[in-house]
Amino acid sequence: MAITNRVPFEDKDFEQEQKRKIIEVKNISFQYSSQQQAVLQNIDLHLHSNEFVCVLGPSGCGKSSLLNIIAGFQKPTTGEVQIEGKHYSKPISEIGVVFQHHNLFPWMKIKENVGFGLKMKGHSKEEIEKQVHHFLQLVQLESAGDLLPHQLSGGMKQRAAIARTLAADPKAILMDEPFSSLDALTKENMQHHLLLLWSETKKTIFFITHDVDEALRLGTRILVMQPNPGKIAIDMANPLKRNNPAAVDFHHKEFQELRSYLIGAIKTS
Amino acid sequence: MEKLSFEISKEVKFRGISIVSVVVLVIIWAIVTHFEWVDPYFIPKPLEVWSSFVVLLSEGYKGASLFTHIANSMYRLFTALFLAFITAVPLGLLCGYSKYIRAIFDPIIEFYRPLPPLAYYALLVLWLGIENESKIALLFLSGFAPLFIATAAAVEKLPADRMNASLSLGATKRQLFQYIILPSCYPDILTGLRTSIGVTYATLVAAEMVAATNGIGWMVLDASRYLRSDIVFVGIILMGIIAIGLDSLLRFYQARRFSWVGK
Repeated sequence: MAITNRVPFEDKDFEQEQKRKIIEVKNISFQYSSQQQAVLQNIDLHLHSNEFVCVLGPSGCGKSSLLNIIAGFQKPTTGEVQIEGKHYSKPISEIGVVFQHHNLFPWMKIKENVGFGLKMKGHSKEEIEKQVHHFLQLVQLESAGDLLPHQLSGGMKQRAAIARTLAADPKAILMDEPFSSLDALTKENMQHHLLLLWSETKKTIFFITHDVDEALRLGTRILVMQPNPGKIAIDMANPLKRNNPAAVDFHHKEFQELRSYLIGAIKTS
Repeated sequence: MEKLSFEISKEVKFRGISIVSVVVLVIIWAIVTHFEWVDPYFIPKPLEVWSSFVVLLSEGYKGASLFTHIANSMYRLFTALFLAFITAVPLGLLCGYSKYIRAIFDPIIEFYRPLPPLAYYALLVLWLGIENESKIALLFLSGFAPLFIATAAAVEKLPADRMNASLSLGATKRQLFQYIILPSCYPDILTGLRTSIGVTYATLVAAEMVAATNGIGWMVLDASRYLRSDIVFVGIILMGIIAIGLDSLLRFYQARRFSWVGK
């Protein structure tokens, strides 16, 4: 699979596409009633179509809380989130979530897991079967459809979880350190898969990680959050992705510079 | 594959040890009774127990066949379990869902649960007579609590991420219940049912010993009045075998249907 040869869209389209807002986070604050310090304070954030946003930050900076609020799992203390201009405050199928733990339904076969979203929306059996086949192929799990989740390896489970989220056809996908529990080799393989999927499906992705290399490799845009109270300290386009969003040269001088810059930003917080 | 065959051979080994243990016990029993170290009125010989069993099979006990006695007991047991299941599971689900509803039922269930069933059996007999109704009511009450508690606990320990995941995939509240909450609880409900069968079974024998004219428990008690320890032995061994049989059936089903639990 020569993904380095792929250029999913021209630079010019890229700029235009950038302008369409998918998710708007409007002046979000979040605070536990038992605590003095706010977890998040006055967060404003727009996620655009076709954007791969990677979020870095030390633990306790509120990045998971932010994800939970965007997912509709948690209500903000103040402010609101909108999807394409519409306010929402509970989980919706337009926003898919991939968890750190795969969270597949353990009693369902992989194909039933992947088809779950379509089944909930009342699609016909044939339609579900067709879609499930397509998405299993996309994550290279065609042969695992009839297995139960516990029969799969860690990387396969996470791929199945991604297929399940994609199959429900969300407008944006939120991922909370989805590869952090995988070994280095599987992780790299998964990053490769994800980039491929992203360029094929053109979904907006909001991706939390604590791995700077991962953020630089995947993100078209990188956020760094800082704690006490949680806020966005850096919001930048990833210059390494300017020409070829699908491939990043780890040995490039620019990469090394960016890497130290981001690590510095995370540490000072 | 190698690991699997290793596990099977280990399984066979443990099974073998268990069989040897039972055989040794029977041999000790045979020796002790053969030399009459204990009064034969207290412990009959294994062969005598066997021949009593054969006689019971052909002639029954006091006007009813052995099968009828067992069937009467099983009828009481399963009617009560069925009633417990169709009430305890929905109520358990409801109480697991809502702390308010749980607060209503908790004190009642927590109060009667630790009571010895025979303590309130007197009341039930007073209200419902000595026929099947009072027994079934008693068994129902003893089977209800463990099933209710297991079901409510199963709902409460449901992982929030699992529910969030299904909502994000577009499930409605109703679909969430039908496709996620209910199947998530099945294994724990089945475990609760196993506990419930155990408790109900123990209560059944006790209930038949207090007021009854048939049933396997009654047979044992009645035989003991006439010092027929051979029949008592037959009764006890039969009760044990039935209990093991019932539980193995459920365990077998559990292992097949819920192979995913804990993985």
